[in-house]
Amino acid sequence: MKNSSLKWLFRRTEIYILGVLIVLSIVLAIANPKFLTLENIFDLLRNNSFLGILALGELVVLISGGIDVSFTAIATVSQYIMGVIISKYFIDNILVAFLIPIPIGIALGAINAILINYTKVHPVIITISNLNVFYGLLIFITGGKWIYKFPPSFRSFARLKLITLVNERGIEYGLSIFTGFWILIAIVTWFILKYLPIGRKIYAVGGNMEAARRAGFNIFKVQLFVYCYIGALSGIASFVQAQLAQIIQPNAIVGRELDVLAAAILGGASVFGGSGTVIGTVLGVLLIGVIKNGLILMKIPAYWHQVVIGLIIAVAAGVTAYQRKLRKKKGLV
Amino acid sequence: MKVKNYQIIVLNSILAFLIVIMTILTKGGILRLESLQAVAFQMPLLGLLTLAQMVPMLTGGIDLSIISNANLAGIIVALILTKVSAWYTVPLAILAGIGTALAVGALNGFLVAFVTISPIIATLGTMILIKGISLGITKGYIIAGFPKEFLFIGDGSILGIPMPFIILVASMLLLALLLNKTTYGISVYMLGSNPVATEFSGVNIKSVLFRTYLLSGFLTGIASLVMIARFNAAQAAYGESYLLLTVLACVLGGVNPAGGFGKVSGLFIAIVVLQIVATGFNLLRLSSHLANALWGLILIFVITINRAITGKWI
Repeated sequence: MKNSSLKWLFRRTEIYILGVLIVLSIVLAIANPKFLTLENIFDLLRNNSFLGILALGELVVLISGGIDVSFTAIATVSQYIMGVIISKYFIDNILVAFLIPIPIGIALGAINAILINYTKVHPVIITISNLNVFYGLLIFITGGKWIYKFPPSFRSFARLKLITLVNERGIEYGLSIFTGFWILIAIVTWFILKYLPIGRKIYAVGGNMEAARRAGFNIFKVQLFVYCYIGALSGIASFVQAQLAQIIQPNAIVGRELDVLAAAILGGASVFGGSGTVIGTVLGVLLIGVIKNGLILMKIPAYWHQVVIGLIIAVAAGVTAYQRKLRKKKGLV
Repeated sequence: MKVKNYQIIVLNSILAFLIVIMTILTKGGILRLESLQAVAFQMPLLGLLTLAQMVPMLTGGIDLSIISNANLAGIIVALILTKVSAWYTVPLAILAGIGTALAVGALNGFLVAFVTISPIIATLGTMILIKGISLGITKGYIIAGFPKEFLFIGDGSILGIPMPFIILVASMLLLALLLNKTTYGISVYMLGSNPVATEFSGVNIKSVLFRTYLLSGFLTGIASLVMIARFNAAQAAYGESYLLLTVLACVLGGVNPAGGFGKVSGLFIAIVVLQIVATGFNLLRLSSHLANALWGLILIFVITINRAITGKWI
């Protein structure tokens, strides 16, 4: 009974966001016909693939009842090491460039998981500390120098497209390979959460850690998995970001952790754990992306964007809190 | 009881260790009067912000919006100081600044206590919102150049004691009094250790929570005055690295992030530790990023030691 009502609520959250997304898109399309062109939509999907991949990692951590704010530092560190290696040894192989950041991300994620499990301190405290440790040490050691001399394969890969079209001015555009990365990772995450035993364990631990422990689940294994998973996705996202920017700046990613968190929460993931879906998170990223895109198309100065995003988070969190209240009341009756 | 004593012992050992290391590394430079005075001038800003962070943490919450709140309040003060010129300019500016900070605190309190949004998310939302408003007002520019009477808050001294330090000590004493001697203070600790039991014992949880974020807003307002008086300028994005530092100082000072435990005195030692690291690094011309990393490491070290000790004792 409780489970079915929970499912109903998830569905409601997603449909709610989808509704807002559609209404907003129609309004934007009327205000500016440029908005609903394939070119703009493809742009939107490419530019948000980096945040979208990170949000999927954060989703998995949130479902398990944890939270990670150090992933931007993890992404920065793994990206920088990749940049140093491929530019120093001039490794003209995109697969190697892609594979370097992932194990680094996993290793740093494992540090988070071990500390969180051992100290039993709220993950926000541990990951905030590690954000500073990882990022502070990186900047101290490297001096924060930019990297921009990449091998040719690193440059050409960024231009790969899944679908290529030509616009009326004869310029090619299309669906970026990185949107493909995002879609693929969304499918993998969905599969893990829905069909693999570890996925069900993540929901169980997030729903009620004590109950999961008593039922015989190995809590540490679940924590290790989720923090390594967001670590791995941070590595992949950092590759995508470096590809899109074609320059590695150590200060480009850190500071965006709240954007990602906002997208995941907007998509219905709860900071109390146990709830959240892949579809919701993807929609959350898209909604924030569309709003930012719309504000730009409407020529609203950038400094007001934050106000809008902040208001959206407050409203979304308010709605979620209200739903929780309703659920509690229902549980009592 | 023994466990809590260990925390203070660990903290004091770290403090002693750091002072010795810094004295050796700076060849006694850190113990010179100018360095100590620099500590006494720089410490209060972090100290006041940490107090603002401490109260919500005692209830098991957190306030991520303190820095953006301090910046918004600072901008309001700066606008009045630079736009209005009358005999009442400075008091009006101070009142308006505190009022702004209180209003943001009330918004947080409303969201946490009455809408029952989790504090992390509620204050995350207000943090982004408030920073956006600050950016909208200033368009990213800096407002600078305040009257001398106002700058006294930041760089004046009474009997050789820096004014910011006096403000910090006074705020700490007041907060300690409020937390230990009033019904409100006892409710805060109760709420932090067991919210359900507190509610059933007849305490109005919503009201306590609301007043907690209001108090946090008030302390943020005081911090904001010290901050802009020290910088002689206000801007939307000052002191953002302080946010982590306040959480760190709280945990280092023995405030339990889950709520219920923590004393103002512990906080004081923690702030001194952090400031000595910062000032020492400055004297040694070392990167502030390394200091950030070191702060993170100290925090993890203290938490891990605590865990090792409590794991053995309980």
